[in-house]
Amino acid sequence: MSENHRLSLHEITKNYEGKPLLNGISFEVNSGEVLCLLGRSGSGKSTLLRIIAGIENADSGSVLWDDEDLSGTPTHLRHFGLMFQDYALFPHRNVAENVAFGLRMQKIDSAEIDRRVLAALEQVNMVKFGDRRVTDLSGGEQQRVALARALAPAPRLLMLDEPLAALDRALREQLQQELREVLQRTGIPAIYVTHDQEEALALGDRMALLNEGQIVQIGSPDVFYRWPKNLWVAQFLAMENVFSGQVVKTVPLQVQTAIGLLHASTASGSNLTSGDQVTLVITPAADFTLLNGEQINLVKGVCRDCLFMGEYYQITLSLQGGQNFVFRSNHAVNKGVEIPFCLPVENVICLK
Amino acid sequence: MRLKLGHTGIIPRLGRALLWGIPLAFVGIFFFLPLGKILWMAFESTLTTQRTLFSPAKIIGPLWFTTWQAVLSTLLTLLLGLPAAYLFARYTFKGKNLLKVLTTIPFILPTVVAAAGFNALLGPRGLLNLGLMNLFNLSTPPITFMNTLAAILVVHVFYNTTIVIRVVGSAWSQLDMRWEHSARVLGATRWQTLREVTLPLLRPSLLAAALLVFLFDFTSFGVILLVGGPQFSSLETAIYQQVFSMLNLPLAGLLSVVQLTCTFLITLLYTQINGSRSIPLMPHLNGEGLRSAKTHAEKLLLSGMTTLLFLLLSLPLLAMVVRSFLRLGADRGEYGQVKIGFTLQYYRQLFINSNQSIFYVPPAQAALNSLFYAAVTVILSILLGLLATYAITRSPHRAHWLNTLITLPLGASAVTLGLGFLVTFNTPPFDPQSFPLLIPIAHTLVAMPFVVRTVQPVLASIPDSLRNAASVLGASRWQVWREVELPIIGRAVLVGAIFSFTISLGEFGATSFLARPDRPTLPIAIARYLSMPGDLNYGQALAMSTLLMLVCALSIFLLEHIHLPGISEI
Repeated sequence: MSENHRLSLHEITKNYEGKPLLNGISFEVNSGEVLCLLGRSGSGKSTLLRIIAGIENADSGSVLWDDEDLSGTPTHLRHFGLMFQDYALFPHRNVAENVAFGLRMQKIDSAEIDRRVLAALEQVNMVKFGDRRVTDLSGGEQQRVALARALAPAPRLLMLDEPLAALDRALREQLQQELREVLQRTGIPAIYVTHDQEEALALGDRMALLNEGQIVQIGSPDVFYRWPKNLWVAQFLAMENVFSGQVVKTVPLQVQTAIGLLHASTASGSNLTSGDQVTLVITPAADFTLLNGEQINLVKGVCRDCLFMGEYYQITLSLQGGQNFVFRSNHAVNKGVEIPFCLPVENVICLK
Repeated sequence: MRLKLGHTGIIPRLGRALLWGIPLAFVGIFFFLPLGKILWMAFESTLTTQRTLFSPAKIIGPLWFTTWQAVLSTLLTLLLGLPAAYLFARYTFKGKNLLKVLTTIPFILPTVVAAAGFNALLGPRGLLNLGLMNLFNLSTPPITFMNTLAAILVVHVFYNTTIVIRVVGSAWSQLDMRWEHSARVLGATRWQTLREVTLPLLRPSLLAAALLVFLFDFTSFGVILLVGGPQFSSLETAIYQQVFSMLNLPLAGLLSVVQLTCTFLITLLYTQINGSRSIPLMPHLNGEGLRSAKTHAEKLLLSGMTTLLFLLLSLPLLAMVVRSFLRLGADRGEYGQVKIGFTLQYYRQLFINSNQSIFYVPPAQAALNSLFYAAVTVILSILLGLLATYAITRSPHRAHWLNTLITLPLGASAVTLGLGFLVTFNTPPFDPQSFPLLIPIAHTLVAMPFVVRTVQPVLASIPDSLRNAASVLGASRWQVWREVELPIIGRAVLVGAIFSFTISLGEFGATSFLARPDRPTLPIAIARYLSMPGDLNYGQALAMSTLLMLVCALSIFLLEHIHLPGISEI
């Protein structure tokens, strides 16, 4: 993609039956970038996609392509691609006819259509399936055809609405990889909606987390894990180790908790003062048991459970005060044994 | 000792033979025998009688008229029904529930009542003409509607729009919007989306609805006879005329054979299409709910269509009720000027034979006759229908053809049924003169398939484990039936009974062949009074129609409020 394009949303608002479904959504997606829109079901993700596609209208706010306002552009002239969770393949047309649909709508001559259908099917390894009925395809095959159909007209933006949600796990991981390759190869800016954070991590260049109609946090995936913006984000990302405490000292930041005095990090700009009630979130680390001589944030716990998970052990410790601490380790620990471990300061995030 | 559990052991062999035998014997004697008689009569007459009786024009004329009026009626019905189906499937709007109720009325409204309704609205003595005559001081009714082709077409549209709305509308509402959205995102305009995606996906239901409407228009008897008048001769009315005016039974038989052949071919086509619903509406995607009209064009279409439907479905019936309370007192010597006043006279006189003739009975007597025939029909169709239902459920592998045999009488027209009875049961004591039960028997042939269709799915949905559980808990066969099956199928049986009752009460075609002049049913009496001069006769016809309509409305109300387990909608 030689040219650089940009989709931008400004303050999109949409009410549904009197309740705000989307509340001031703004973000941008650039060429060659995949933005993963992450949120629970009912958070308004699909509605947002339909607004971008022009199937629904926002109550207020605007959708811009580069700097052109799309509010007057009907769906069929936007040249966007949209892939649904259940694929919505036309059951009365075969695989090739489904893929050709968008091209036919552009009145492209038939030889060119044939060529591009073939190319699109090639991209998803479905060339041999051209004259099969779509109703005879397996879930994964349908997913590939749906992707080919969305890509064939060379849309300037691709939107994918939970495209892998209906598939079983093994197939999902395989197709995730294929999707990633196709998206990178074409360089089409894409918005990928999912409720699965692992999928978002695997596919997204950036992630946007949607909750109650608002974007709670947006940025690159590693930042989400390093600096979850608030407790809701941390819990959405399955960070289970959370302690409440009181700020004792601000520079360096120290917090008194039930398991002792902990040194913590905080995002720049968060103005904490001594005495503040705060929450500490422990972000994931490779292994908390590897003590490298540091004696800061040293905690002890009794092992209550040790599960072998294939590539790692999941260890549950019981800390003083009765709270549990769950983490991954490369080493097994016997039940009932008390072990020391260390919480690196950069993994202890202080949230108001 | 081996415990016999489950339904296979409940009914012994003899019982099973009776289950099969009784409904089959009934259909055999009262449907296939008369049908055979008609075929034989037609075949024999073509060989023996002089050919002048059968100038081809006498067959081709009615056949041609029947066909083209049916085509025209179907097209008009689709023209109104398709936009209506779209609105029902995709929009929420004010008055939708009321309109839904209104669209159920034509399903069960007797043809005589519809004819009376349109007569009361647009006929020479109808409300509109009276109003215009009063307003402009006219001496003759300005609107000529009755006895025109337009009347036939309008009443056919009145009856069958509902079918299009139900069949196409329900398919349309199940059509996931994401198919249409996908097409739009892929660059299709609204029109292209409709042509390339929506209509092809709706095609099976569209064809099914169109054929069903065509079939009903093709076999229409009461409507053409009562609102079209004598100058229109369809196959059905020609049969009637040949029997009662020309006394030419062989020609009637021949017309019947032509009619049967045509309906058979249409039905065959219909089942072909319905059987090969070629597009499985696979992954049933989640619907996205109904929307309300936003743009001006949408609002205009919506309000226009709902008003039109509302007027079409309600005005004739309202006019009938209103007109049945209106007295016309023409001032003597002053032509045209008619005084209109409120009266209960038509209802009061229902118990009086005002015609003083032995061939006329007071309307109340006709109502009693109708109620008696309807009661017999309910008993017969429930008994025979339950036997057939059990026979079908017990041996599913043979169910198909038994089901077909029982349903076949629905395919033959009521007029053919009546003619068949006339030519088969023509010797005392089993002729229509001396054996009035022939009428409820004919009604049962029509009603029984409905009973089977209502009860059978519910019975089939009872899992064997339920019966087995009852048996293990110590219930005898009889107790299993009383305590488990009957409570579950009970409501379905009630629905079947209401259906049978209403069908019998409104049946016109077959009854018009079988009813003795001095023992008419309510619809026969209405048709007779409607055709007679005199304000009292007219008013009484409308009063009877109003009462008949109320009974039908009550039936609809009951049918809509009885929820059947296991099946969604009738």
